[in-house]
Amino acid sequence: MVKMSRIATTFAALKQRRETALIPFVTAGDPDLDATAELILTLADAGADLIELGVPFSDPMADGPTIQAASERALAAGTTLAGVLQLVTQVRKKTQTPLILMGYYNPVFCYGAEQFVRDAAAAGVDALLLVDLPPEESGEISAVMRESGIDLVTLLAPTTPPERMKRLAAAAEGYLYYVSMTGVTGGQKISPEAIRVAVEELKKVAAVPVAVGFGITTAEDARAVGAFADGVVVGSALVKIIEENGQSEELLSKVAKFIVELKHELTAPAN
Amino acid sequence: MNYQYPDDRGHFGEYGGRYVAETLMPALLELEQAYAEAKHDPEFQREFDYYLRNYVGRPSPLYFAERLTEELGGAKIYLKREDLNHTGAHKVNNTVGQILLARRMGKKKVIAETGAGQHGVATATVAALFGMECEVFMGKEDIRRQALNVFRMKLLGAKVIEVASGTATLKDAMNDALRHWVTHVRDTFYVIGTVAGPHPYPELVRDFQSVIGNEAKQQLQEAEGCLPDAAVACIGGGSNAMGLFYPFVNDTEVRLLGVEAAGLGVDTDKHAASISAGSTGVLHGNKTYLLQDDDGQIQHAHSISAGLDYPGVGPEHALLNDIERAEYVAVTDDEALEAFQKLTRIEGIISALETAHAIAQVMKIAPTLDKDKILLVSLSGRGDKDMHTVADALEERLKV
Repeated sequence: MVKMSRIATTFAALKQRRETALIPFVTAGDPDLDATAELILTLADAGADLIELGVPFSDPMADGPTIQAASERALAAGTTLAGVLQLVTQVRKKTQTPLILMGYYNPVFCYGAEQFVRDAAAAGVDALLLVDLPPEESGEISAVMRESGIDLVTLLAPTTPPERMKRLAAAAEGYLYYVSMTGVTGGQKISPEAIRVAVEELKKVAAVPVAVGFGITTAEDARAVGAFADGVVVGSALVKIIEENGQSEELLSKVAKFIVELKHELTAPAN
Repeated sequence: MNYQYPDDRGHFGEYGGRYVAETLMPALLELEQAYAEAKHDPEFQREFDYYLRNYVGRPSPLYFAERLTEELGGAKIYLKREDLNHTGAHKVNNTVGQILLARRMGKKKVIAETGAGQHGVATATVAALFGMECEVFMGKEDIRRQALNVFRMKLLGAKVIEVASGTATLKDAMNDALRHWVTHVRDTFYVIGTVAGPHPYPELVRDFQSVIGNEAKQQLQEAEGCLPDAAVACIGGGSNAMGLFYPFVNDTEVRLLGVEAAGLGVDTDKHAASISAGSTGVLHGNKTYLLQDDDGQIQHAHSISAGLDYPGVGPEHALLNDIERAEYVAVTDDEALEAFQKLTRIEGIISALETAHAIAQVMKIAPTLDKDKILLVSLSGRGDKDMHTVADALEERLKV
């Protein structure tokens, strides 16, 4: 019998409780890997349902200034992909919260894509989300991923045509990541009504839960999007808190407070 | 040799492809479709030829560099004078092609990245010609090095956007152009300046630049009644080289020689020789040779010429290298400066510093070849834009 993945189990439990998943994003190694380990546990305790861990890259083409800067800080602190896997191994002993590595393909390719997938599975990574690896190019990694039991999360965008959306959504693993707007992370103000229309269409054809990300910065945004999405990703707004308080003793308490507020919006009756 | 690349998924062997965010994927599929149609539409080709002839000033001359040949005492050297094109470099061949494609697709705005500013100027020029809005992304460091081209772009009505992220050079300009494109993809056409980026860019830029090799082949046939023994071009991203090489790819008796920028030396950490000293990776939408560390982080490139100052190379060059159809060597800043001065004094041609890398390689190999051998060299651009850089470099030496 196939064992249900941590991601599937998490979404199933949330559905029973009629909650929307809160999926915070932090860049691994910002300000350093030890701090990230503490942040992950703090996020999980404060109400994060899944956690996206950004793998820093020198040329983050899909990211806005906030996550670009986080990536630079993490690299300056000496963060490597191998270091990120060690971090996951370490925190996996303390939490069962699903951990998704999000980043760009080149570091994975240079590590050796197949070896990376095996090592990531062994470390306790649940899924990979590679922004610049569309389904057209994922052939060299998807077979070994299936074998290792990690999901390759598919991104869909407002520009994705209906036919393509249907095809990709039906084949999706783990959860679907719907990019809320045409833009980079942390971009302009989102328009929940336009997102609702797209996400409702998507849910009709999706084989897995649908999470929405890019540009969700406030509790109000989270509430609005959480009313129709299965999950809400908050990245830049959280990274901003880390940027401003990275060296402060109050970092963990400020992060926890923000997560509690967001989660509150996703558990309270939406209507 | 029956050379047919890219394949229908945009791959040149293991290289190339379309490594981009989903938001851009539909735009690339649309562009691929539009280009496939345009490529086989005689009307599009007629229009392209019309502007190349009457606006760019093609065909560009093929000039027998008699004095340089005598001086080096070996192979005959022919220069394909892309420096005589409107705007002063080969770049305009491609921007004319892409702006016609943009117009055909109903786009009203174009964006471009630029290093030396030549592609930015060439894009701003055709945008002015067709009344389109134009924004050019340029690294802060390059804006400083290439003030003249920045002013030209502004005069042409383009908005020059300063890129301060990362190393503030060409690669970062391309990152920001891609970020802008993701945000405005519905109404904006991205005019990529070299044979890199996601499919179909490497293919369509190569096709538009192939006019260089096609003309040269015919001109040399008229002048000498034969093919060249070798074709030589400098390589940053590699568009002038690809344009020169491609029409000769199946003529296996013609050596194809690409010249990368060795900066202070390929054994230092200050060079831009991705093929000679790099490794395979994925950047800016394609898989190719890159300058990167063991962890897949892209490294700084260095070259005295801003146009070669890029840590990657077009994927088709990566393939041509691996199948040993083309050879790639590297020339240092000093060698390029030397060649720059020699060509200026002996032929009265002030070339771009990029081009001087190809000339430097010619200076190395011409004396070793018999006098009946022929070297065809892409004189990719003129050097007006480099006067400040050259003056700085020479004065520094004079002070010693």
